[in-house]
Amino acid sequence: MTINYDAKMPESQEGTEVYNVDPLVVKSTYSIDYIHSYAQDSEFFRALGKRKLLGSKCRKCGYTYATPRAHCMMCGAETEWYQLPNKGRIHTFTTCYFGSEQFLSQTPFHLVLVEFDGVDSLFLGRLIGADTEDLRIGMPVVARFKRLQTFSPTDVYFVPAKE
Amino acid sequence: MKHKGRNVYMISGGVTKFAKASPEMDFRLRVKKAFDYALNDINLGLDQIDGSVASYFSDHFQRQLMSGIMVQDYLGLTPKPSKRVEGGGATGGLAFQTGFEEVASGRMDVCAVYGFETMSHVNTWKGNEFIALASDTNFDYPVGGFYTGYYAMMAVRHMHEFGTTVEQLAKVSVKNHGNALHNPYAQSPMKLTVEDVRKSPMVAYPLTRLDVCTMSDGAAVAILASEEKAFELCDKPVLVKSIGTGTDTMRLADRPFGKVPLLPNEKESDYKNLKYPGIHSFRAGRTAAKEAYEGAGITDPLEEIDVVELHDAYTSSEIQTYEDLGLCKYGEGGHFIEEGKSALKGKVPVNPSGGLLASGHPVGATGIMQAVFMLWQLQGRIKKHFKDDALQVHNAKRGLIHSHAGTGTYVTVSIMEAV
Repeated sequence: MTINYDAKMPESQEGTEVYNVDPLVVKSTYSIDYIHSYAQDSEFFRALGKRKLLGSKCRKCGYTYATPRAHCMMCGAETEWYQLPNKGRIHTFTTCYFGSEQFLSQTPFHLVLVEFDGVDSLFLGRLIGADTEDLRIGMPVVARFKRLQTFSPTDVYFVPAKE
Repeated sequence: MKHKGRNVYMISGGVTKFAKASPEMDFRLRVKKAFDYALNDINLGLDQIDGSVASYFSDHFQRQLMSGIMVQDYLGLTPKPSKRVEGGGATGGLAFQTGFEEVASGRMDVCAVYGFETMSHVNTWKGNEFIALASDTNFDYPVGGFYTGYYAMMAVRHMHEFGTTVEQLAKVSVKNHGNALHNPYAQSPMKLTVEDVRKSPMVAYPLTRLDVCTMSDGAAVAILASEEKAFELCDKPVLVKSIGTGTDTMRLADRPFGKVPLLPNEKESDYKNLKYPGIHSFRAGRTAAKEAYEGAGITDPLEEIDVVELHDAYTSSEIQTYEDLGLCKYGEGGHFIEEGKSALKGKVPVNPSGGLLASGHPVGATGIMQAVFMLWQLQGRIKKHFKDDALQVHNAKRGLIHSHAGTGTYVTVSIMEAV
């Protein structure tokens, strides 16, 4: 046991960024790496690398989902994977000129909800290859897949399809 | 409602002036200011409060977990019971209803519901990111998570389905910012024209900067009480007649295309070709309204409700909500604003306070702010608290408050009545 009556806490030269002194406003930083599991949705992301867009279909009631979910919201039963057609139509759209910090550098970009024949729900994606003035509800679009996967839902995107 | 429980009254309230940033106070002091206003207004003491409900949306904004207990502590309410309630943009409405349940159940005679949000600790684009994390982080957020983008897609579909115009959207902005000129608590009072709104920078087509609410710092407090305590403590309590809550799928993409849940004044033949809710309507809002109307015995909302404070985070969502609440039929929301029915002097004034668009939207405080403004409306005491009579809706006997989360994922409707 050693008691040191002159103990001193070590200090650094790093200092603190101060934005304002009254009230005192300082910079505080927080960043984090998540170990994000896609869990029961994993197959969707793997399949994008095989240029397949997977939705799901209820084994019991047959409701089909363009955005997959492992259990049916209509009856609670398990679903199975269901390959969507590559061609769909714009159900609705927007062009974002502003956004979350993560996507600010990508603005402006188009978001579309895509509908597919014989499928009961929609799929959210990015659309390229057209201006806002060109976009209209009902416009045919086709899925394209990135060659280098990032395991994000943006591994698939849409472009206008020839009618 | 299976069991109605005891009657619940609102007896007092307080709100801080909402601001984009007010770093001179932290969340605890801000709530304290609103809380003391509510207490002092009816000479209520701390010892008369049995417990509380804390309302705030995001732990990210302050990077402080358990902010609720820090407020409880600061207000001097420990060791009384309390809990935090959270549900996105509807957090305030859900917390208000939780306070209602604490009193209706008989657990508490007097319950304080306090809400707050401090959004100025991060830049607006970071705040947008935090808010967008309230969308599916597997399928929605990574595509370009941005709430104005989601609402813009709904607005585009509403325009397609019903012929709603961008000028009709803009009229909501003109109305609400204009009303706020007489509300000293409002963050963004403005005299605007439709042209101003359309010429303002595009955020997400078709929504411009003036179609969208802002980030805010703010707090609000509602004091609820049992019938016996209400009339003992307050000379003019307001009855919280009924509550309703609805939910919908987290992902917009999952919304079904089914039938409209009808209100008593609607017929199936009104909506023969309408696929519902799709992307154009809020099924949770309709569900909440239906439950609240059943509890209050309302069969014709436009005729039986005198004033509405609803969740207008976007001009388009105010128009969508007129329809969900049955103030008009689905598809008629654009005409409803155009004909001035929701104007201050219209058939049913909607957002006389200026709503979220002009009052601000410090998320956890917003739904409680609506309750406070509605209390003052139904007490006929707008002048006392606003120092201005312009926004008082004369002879308002019954009011509706509406709080809304996500892309319409949680929605609350509560009916308040003068007694």
